[in-house]
Amino acid sequence: MIATSRSPLIFVVHLSVLLLVALWTLPTAGLLISSLRDKDQLAVSGWWTALSTSSQNLTGRAAAPEAQVERDGKFVISGNLLEGDDAKVSAFGFRPLQPTAFEAGTAADIGDGQTLTVKEDGSYEIVSPTRMEGTRGQRIFYTAAVPSRFTLDNYREVLNAEGIGASFINSLTVAIPATIIPILVAAFCAYALAWMPFPGRAILIAVIVGLLVVPLQMSLIPLLRLYNGVGAFFGVPAKTYVGIWLAHMGFGLPLAVYLLRNYMAGLPREILESARVDGASDFDIFVKIILPLSFPALASFAIFQFLWTWNDLLVAMVFLGAGNEELVLTGRLVNLLGSRGGNWEILTASAFITIIVPLVVFFSLQRYLVRGLLAGSVKGG
Amino acid sequence: MQQLLFAIFTMVGGVLACVVYFFGTNFLLDRIFPSKGLTGAQASKNLRITNAIRPWLFMAPALIALSVYLVYPVFESVRLAFHDRTGQQFVGFSNFAWMINDGEFRQSIFNNFLWLLVVPALATFFGLIVAALTDRIWWGNIAKTLIFMPMAISFVGAAVIWKFVYDYRAEGSEQIGILNAIVVAMGGSPEAWMTIPFWNNFFLMVILIWIQTGFAMVILSAALRGIPEETIEAAVIDGANGFQIFFKIMVPQIWGTIAVVWTTITILVLKVFDIVLAMTNGQWQTQVLANLMFDWMFRGGGDFGRGAAIAVVIMILVIPIMIWNIRNATKEMEGH
Repeated sequence: MIATSRSPLIFVVHLSVLLLVALWTLPTAGLLISSLRDKDQLAVSGWWTALSTSSQNLTGRAAAPEAQVERDGKFVISGNLLEGDDAKVSAFGFRPLQPTAFEAGTAADIGDGQTLTVKEDGSYEIVSPTRMEGTRGQRIFYTAAVPSRFTLDNYREVLNAEGIGASFINSLTVAIPATIIPILVAAFCAYALAWMPFPGRAILIAVIVGLLVVPLQMSLIPLLRLYNGVGAFFGVPAKTYVGIWLAHMGFGLPLAVYLLRNYMAGLPREILESARVDGASDFDIFVKIILPLSFPALASFAIFQFLWTWNDLLVAMVFLGAGNEELVLTGRLVNLLGSRGGNWEILTASAFITIIVPLVVFFSLQRYLVRGLLAGSVKGG
Repeated sequence: MQQLLFAIFTMVGGVLACVVYFFGTNFLLDRIFPSKGLTGAQASKNLRITNAIRPWLFMAPALIALSVYLVYPVFESVRLAFHDRTGQQFVGFSNFAWMINDGEFRQSIFNNFLWLLVVPALATFFGLIVAALTDRIWWGNIAKTLIFMPMAISFVGAAVIWKFVYDYRAEGSEQIGILNAIVVAMGGSPEAWMTIPFWNNFFLMVILIWIQTGFAMVILSAALRGIPEETIEAAVIDGANGFQIFFKIMVPQIWGTIAVVWTTITILVLKVFDIVLAMTNGQWQTQVLANLMFDWMFRGGGDFGRGAAIAVVIMILVIPIMIWNIRNATKEMEGH
């Protein structure tokens, strides 16, 4: 690349890349930060204010009249609205329509000669000249500055109560075999297409390149019918893990064969020929020479296939059930979007759990992912 | 936990079965047609036979899986598109006639074309810009990794991330979605972005562009690095400035790669499903073909004829790219 050392221009480059990076990372950062916030704070303030204290409008209730004590001829109810929380009350009120009518520390006349005082630290006092009646305490509205609070409670909740924990296991159950099983099948096929001459080889390769872009949608209905038919014939459920493993294998094979064939075809011919001269059979050559040498390509494909099976929603929705025992993370997340649409503490934590595994794979194995992309960029995802 | 053990067990079983199959069939082949220890005509004849059979033994499992999961369904889908909802009764072109008259289908086609126009263009454009800019700065690789990262995120995860960005609260209350917060901070009033017909399509497209820019960037960055230094040096000596070098020297040399990136994203766009399902499920005029097809698969007990007909439409849109890919791949192989 050319050395652009002219300083004003390079400054613009730095700035624009910074802007793009910010645009691309902020949405994810917002999700992560929100998932760690206290759910009451998350609901009333943006995640970018997470570090500052937030001002919240809250409602509390004073203790019931039976807690009153007589002091200097007056009847007093006292307590603390914040109950030990590290917050500061700035204003309070006793009518729902005027929740911030009085400043903290001042006394409010609440009728019948009674006064209500709420101090900054949340302690309140109701003073009355006569004995107070009733069974319920006075309602108090107040505005408090609550310092930011981070918690893992959201994660604890979704992992247990919302079924994300079970779905995490289900996703692993789908993704692991669906990643490993196709590799060997594809590797043998790729070797034959790369190094074994036979009639029709060029046509087969062309067919596989064509299959790379066949939309999944074409397969769904016929396979659903096929699965239902097989299930009914053998008296087994149509939607099983075995079914989805095989489906993922079938859909992943074109890319696997294509990637591996290209890689194997690029291996030096001399190695193979000297092995042949030494009397090695194709099988020996494949197992002892080609397979170890192809490790980078195998790793690339494995990462692709894992990300694809883990992130897949469509195949799982069609070929796997929706019960607690089968629902994968992506499916569970879609359900939560419907049923818990407004509960962002649940959605953000669930979403982060679904994306954490691919992100770890991505950051640790990025090198292989890039290599695979460069080799297989014909594939349409 | 138990099912995870089951999965690992199956995985080991599957791999073992593969090993047994490949090893066993090869062993049998060498036993039936031995070439070692024999001499002359018999040995060379057996060698010829084994060489003719062995490739097919190597390929058989993959070819069977491909046939069952991809080749057969393509033909079967085409057949079903001409049959009624259960796939029993031949109905001719009536599914396609229904389609043309169906408002929702026309909406989907229109939206799909919008997606096709906007997403590949913008994702490729941003990818090219990022690839070109990050090559010049010392922290370019960090920037690339961060822009590439959304590639690893599922469409559903991305949908949640962006739904949070677009979140809407009634005017007057604190906005927790960053887009509305910015709008309000600049003096505007908050909008429920997902419910504004026509424009909401673009808010959905942003998600796919966000995911795919990293892909475009990786491929184009490699292509830019592959440009021979001499052409750029010659341009510098001739007094070309940065923009001229980029647009007149570098971009024309990577047209082929840009086309590959463009078509790859185009195919992805044709199949876009998860994003629309999770964000709007086709409401507020955001329906697309893939989601409509999924809808008809299960709507009212499932109408396989109409679903298959919609799938065939998607397939027809993909075919030109498929042919182009095959021609390129064949050309490349002849070159080697």
